[in-house]
Amino acid sequence: MLVRRKLTNLAMMALCVALTVCALVPLASILTLVTVRGFQVLSPEFLTRLPAALGEPGGGIANAITGSLILVGLATLLAVPVGVLAGVYLAEFGRGVLARQVRFWVEVLVGVPSIIVGAAVYGLLVIPMGRFSALAGSVALAIIMLPVVTRVTEEMVRMVPASLREASLALGATRARTVVSVVLRSARAGILTGTMLAVARAAGETAPLLFTALSSRYWFSGLDQRVASLPVYIFTYATTPYEELHRQAWGAAFVLLALVLALNVAARATTRRTRL
Amino acid sequence: MSGTRNRVRVFSLRPATSIRLRDRGKGPAAPSPRFLAPAGRINLPAADRLLALATAAGALVILLVVVLFACELAYRSYPAWARFGPGFVTSAAWDPVRGEFGALPLVYGTLASSLVALALALPLGLGSAIFLAELAPAWLRNPLSFAVELLAAVPSVVYGLWGLFVLVPWVRTHVQPFLGHWLGWLPLFQGPPLGLGLLTAGILLAIMVTPTIAAIGREVLLAVPLHQREAILALGATRWETIRLVLLPYARAGLFGAVILALGRALGETMAVTMVIGNRHQITASLFEPAQTIASALANEFAEAHTALHMSALMAAALVLFLTTLTVNVAARLLIRKVARGPEGMRYEC
Repeated sequence: MLVRRKLTNLAMMALCVALTVCALVPLASILTLVTVRGFQVLSPEFLTRLPAALGEPGGGIANAITGSLILVGLATLLAVPVGVLAGVYLAEFGRGVLARQVRFWVEVLVGVPSIIVGAAVYGLLVIPMGRFSALAGSVALAIIMLPVVTRVTEEMVRMVPASLREASLALGATRARTVVSVVLRSARAGILTGTMLAVARAAGETAPLLFTALSSRYWFSGLDQRVASLPVYIFTYATTPYEELHRQAWGAAFVLLALVLALNVAARATTRRTRL
Repeated sequence: MSGTRNRVRVFSLRPATSIRLRDRGKGPAAPSPRFLAPAGRINLPAADRLLALATAAGALVILLVVVLFACELAYRSYPAWARFGPGFVTSAAWDPVRGEFGALPLVYGTLASSLVALALALPLGLGSAIFLAELAPAWLRNPLSFAVELLAAVPSVVYGLWGLFVLVPWVRTHVQPFLGHWLGWLPLFQGPPLGLGLLTAGILLAIMVTPTIAAIGREVLLAVPLHQREAILALGATRWETIRLVLLPYARAGLFGAVILALGRALGETMAVTMVIGNRHQITASLFEPAQTIASALANEFAEAHTALHMSALMAAALVLFLTTLTVNVAARLLIRKVARGPEGMRYEC
């Protein structure tokens, strides 16, 4: 009896290890292949040139890199102030119906597929403006970032000890002064971490950009114009039938993955433990 | 002004938790007895009122976004609902040229690929979660957990790229011939090995959502109180018996929530699926056949939808997806929250 129990134990432990290994194999394959294939394409020209015309050799992803940076940068500028305000509201002021509703819908928004965000922003901005634009792309990415920033801010502000607030109020500071100078300052590192994770998520989003910023073969030329971005570049090039373009898609994937993973590692280095 | 501040300072300590927005319109400071009125009836300094207002405005933006989304999808999809009615989700016709649209193949593709994904990701994710939370040696635990969380951050288009150039050929040359040979008598595994199709999409989705199940499952398992483990170990249970009899029942709701959350992600996943599913509107029993999901149909056809009805039909499909993922996510959140309160009916089971 004891032997059987011990054998079952051993078998199940081995199964768990085997399943973990199975789960890690494809993931290891992705990381190594993107690194290996991407590295072969990487060169100064690849990073600094515009895409070549079809059939010509060479060409680069410079416009996609700058386009992604502009889209994500603008999205961050839109999402972070609103998200931090909403998070502070939920943690410091929020009581009653409004706070309950906001908290609920923030959680729901986190799970809304990004393609739905794209479709809705298409209807809200692209149709009225009459064309695809960088602005619409940024708004879509901002809406994806917004709930993440809000939740992180709320959690971080809640973690600030009440004694700090009381000390500030006891010194005669107003609530506004307390929130801005004491609470937000203490929660700064955590909020920064959350923002970086949100930026990393937005930088990798493709689906919403297909309906909003679309893509372009040229440099960024204004917020009301289409703009190229790394994820859309990877998608379009990977789905063409040309070998050369596939190679460049791997190169772009390497750049994107490096950017996203670097942001993640940096975020986790800022604070040891953040929940998302 | 300074007088106002002084008084607020004195009393704001007590009702600090009950500042209400509706007081923002109140005039300058009234005689002091008013400040002794119930909490929430205080006059705040201008800066405080401004801050309360500004943060509330930020919070309102979120509600506004949700309302705008729902209205926008409903408004843009109205022509399709008006034309096809509820039959839109039960009809299999999808012919942009003749103006016939039915979302059944899309709904089928979405559900089928997600179910394949869950069937594969469930054992992988649970096994990894148990390993990470219970079995892994201390030196391996943190790096491995960190790696799993990083992998959840890999952009879906990168998964798609890998799926298209690595997974699809592998499925075509290894998995499909194998399944066709041994399980070919099942309608699920019949047909030519194309590589692209429901099966590949399901496998890729499984790879993508496994880190989600593993990461949340690990946290849920770690949240089981230590004394629960100690109690059964003291009774002489083996490690596996501890897991099966204590950890899994205790964490059941949370683990279920993790799986549902993964389902929500699989249902709405777009780029990776679009790149490997083959993009054909059809309903087939065989997982080897190309199919289409709601998300992949949107990604493929949105830019090419030239008629208003086609666009409207896509928006209607988007609305269906929006409502589905909404339901699934709310259910998952409720379940994950439940685990903090511990299991129900625990004493009857163990």
